[in-house]
Amino acid sequence: MTDANTGAIWSWLDAIPDPEIPVISVIDLGIVRGVHWEADTCVVTITPTYSGCPAVTLIREQIVQALGAHGIGQVEVRLQLAPAWTTDWMTARGRQQLAGYGIAPPAQTVIDISGITRRRQPAPKVACPHCGSAHTQVVSQFGSTACKALYRCGDCREPFDYFKAH
Amino acid sequence: MQVSKQATFEYLLRLGDTALVLGQRLSEWCGKGPALEEDIALTNVALDLIGQARMWLSRAGEVEGAGRTEDQLAYLRDAHQFRNPLLVEQPNGSYADTLARQFLFDTWHYYLLDALRQSSDASIAAIADKAVKEVAYHARRSADLVVRLGDGTAESHRRMQDAIDRLWMYTGELFDADSVDASLIAAGVACSPAALREPWRQQVAEVLEEATLAMPGDGWMQRGGHAGRHTEHLGFLLAEMQFLQRAYPGATW
Repeated sequence: MTDANTGAIWSWLDAIPDPEIPVISVIDLGIVRGVHWEADTCVVTITPTYSGCPAVTLIREQIVQALGAHGIGQVEVRLQLAPAWTTDWMTARGRQQLAGYGIAPPAQTVIDISGITRRRQPAPKVACPHCGSAHTQVVSQFGSTACKALYRCGDCREPFDYFKAH
Repeated sequence: MQVSKQATFEYLLRLGDTALVLGQRLSEWCGKGPALEEDIALTNVALDLIGQARMWLSRAGEVEGAGRTEDQLAYLRDAHQFRNPLLVEQPNGSYADTLARQFLFDTWHYYLLDALRQSSDASIAAIADKAVKEVAYHARRSADLVVRLGDGTAESHRRMQDAIDRLWMYTGELFDADSVDASLIAAGVACSPAALREPWRQQVAEVLEEATLAMPGDGWMQRGGHAGRHTEHLGFLLAEMQFLQRAYPGATW
């Protein structure tokens, strides 16, 4: 099959989970830039998240496999660097699913890169994904993966991952 | 203005080697950090830097046009062929040494990448645009820790001041330009290293002041990284990093 319409392909991509955070799909993560055909090859363009994220390699393989399972034999996954991926591209559904999974979604829009002066950098207000309390504090600026930080809730006392605004 | 392929290749090696060597250094902390959070943070920063190194070195290989991949450039060059500044190859030392190196580097790295976002070379601009987001986070974190340790106990203050003093002599070459830079700056591909000096000094001064640390005076500065003249430490780092590919050429997994 070489003529699957791109709408169907998007829905198949939407069934591919992020390998590190399986509750959200690669579509919800906001990394799929486009799908198009070049002759008999289906070209899927994705934007990598963090430069060193090992999940990107796995995601590329999963895309080839998933589309292969739907009968598309020739798939090329292209990496597009610019514009750089931002958590602003995560879908509203993806954010809800993150929170439901116990990971606080990004609390701000895109990371501020306009300067690094300490005096202008208030910490983001992150709500606890377990009890909703705003009384939380950062424990570690990095968590189990490059995209997360570790927080603790001052009310329910549970630790939780925070998906950093990027 | 036309720029030579060789100059662009050299410049990309500088960017790639800088990220690679520091990424390798930081990964030496894996499993040995003074606290779990610090262990995780340093290895995550290492991961970001190695990811950035892959992008720079892949592009370097493309520009060179001799069929060399990022892996061949990383694993099959000797110390004198590396183009990183001496600062990033310095040993991890104590945690104060590691953090001082990281703070001096991150601050420079942020201003460098921020300037390269405007590069007339679309690939360089795209990689810088992506990397600067990660590096802004690194820079804020390392500044924060320098303040906490500098303005911490008498012991942490002393160690942090010693580390800053010891590493200062490696900061001079970060702002040097040679003929490679000159042609690329004229073409808008590279940014002027000298132009990064003032913002870097301002930010470093502000953080050191908040950390109750003294800013060292500029004395003798060690130079040579861009020309492949390294400190003795780089060879040991490469011996460990390159061992597998040297012992088992072409090994894959």
